[in-house]
Amino acid sequence: MGEIKHLINITDLSVEEIEHLMETADDIIAHPENYWDACAHKKLATLFFEPSTRTRLSFTAAMMELGGNVLGFDQAQSSSSAKGETVADTIVMAGCYADIIAMRHPKEGAPVVGATKSSVPIINAGDGGHFHPTQTLTDLMTIHRKKGEIGNFTVGLCGDLKYGRTVHSLIDALLRYEGVRFVMIAPDELQLPGYIRDRLNGAGVDWREVTNLDDAIPELDILYMTRIQQERFPSWEEYEKLKDSFILKRSMLKAAKEDMIVMHPLPRVTEIDVDVDEDPRACYFYQALMGKYIRMALILYLLGIK
Amino acid sequence: MNIDGINTGYVLDHIKAGKGFELYHLLGLDKADCTVAIIQRASSGKYGQKDIIKIDADIPIDYDLIGYISPKITVNIVKDRELVKKFKPNPPTILTNVLECRNPRCITSVERGIPQKFRLVDKESRDYRCVYCDTLYRENK
Repeated sequence: MGEIKHLINITDLSVEEIEHLMETADDIIAHPENYWDACAHKKLATLFFEPSTRTRLSFTAAMMELGGNVLGFDQAQSSSSAKGETVADTIVMAGCYADIIAMRHPKEGAPVVGATKSSVPIINAGDGGHFHPTQTLTDLMTIHRKKGEIGNFTVGLCGDLKYGRTVHSLIDALLRYEGVRFVMIAPDELQLPGYIRDRLNGAGVDWREVTNLDDAIPELDILYMTRIQQERFPSWEEYEKLKDSFILKRSMLKAAKEDMIVMHPLPRVTEIDVDVDEDPRACYFYQALMGKYIRMALILYLLGIK
Repeated sequence: MNIDGINTGYVLDHIKAGKGFELYHLLGLDKADCTVAIIQRASSGKYGQKDIIKIDADIPIDYDLIGYISPKITVNIVKDRELVKKFKPNPPTILTNVLECRNPRCITSVERGIPQKFRLVDKESRDYRCVYCDTLYRENK
């Protein structure tokens, strides 16, 4: 038996492997009936040590559409960790009952511990503010479907770039593709942390920082919005002063390219006006849908099912 | 001050002045059943001052740990009063149970029975990152 493949960080997958996953997901979209029984008699354990709605639903829907079954828990209180069980023990136990595990844990690195002990593949479904690789796969799949290729575009990342793990993972992933230009749109207080800047500079890509969304919009092929968290600001006044600069309104899209796409990892709060939903360029709910298909492809790949 | 030469064992030379005692403990020499001498702040042509540790026994030595503490440390292996090998250990790729992750959000802060592990991310600056949470560990040695 070969080494078990896990997904802890997006960089655990090569560009070729991501390409393969997207091709599989494309085929699932085109021929869903071919996959209805692909995971028959297989079980996915969703071990969510902290609550999640979208990610857990997405994994559950993915396994169900593959004809498999799902078991697990959605908060630590309903697991033995409330009694003091270690993550390692919970994972070994779950491996006795399931063929693959998707785990979310509030502590950073918990899936690494799980992977060292597990007899079945582990998918990191988010570990604190650290990694969330299936969100990044979802983002890449959305770009692939909407843009036809990953690369040769200008992406604007807007909102909380300092603490937003989805943005950091997406940058890591996009740095492996050709011709990606980045515009970082955030207040000075929430610009990228130093180590991400170092990576961008080290990769020699074209990137810049701006503080005004309106000015950046015309040049973008992709606008990736994230939530600005009021609690990150030093004062309420500071937040009040800046928050409107980062609310996307439909009127602002007049200046955007016809084929620009608006993405958001969700949940959205106020950073995208609901009337933007009517614009054909809004694709954040489509993005959530792509999350299901790419997770189906990932489950098949990690289980070694062709 | 004269310290006798050793018969068979090790001389750890060019330890940064003041770090000898720390290395002595990290290497577990306080528990070793053999003669060990720590010479602090000896004069050094290269560094001004240095610490030296002499171990008069052929006991297992963690070269990774020495490489982590300082790339300047020279390990001299002595057999029957003859110098048989002299080298400077490289910083280890993985450092186990030497550093402790300071990130309160790291799984190591709550999980029992797992080793503290750091991986070398920059050989020049000798930066390490926690293998679990990626927290950077940088120390001026």
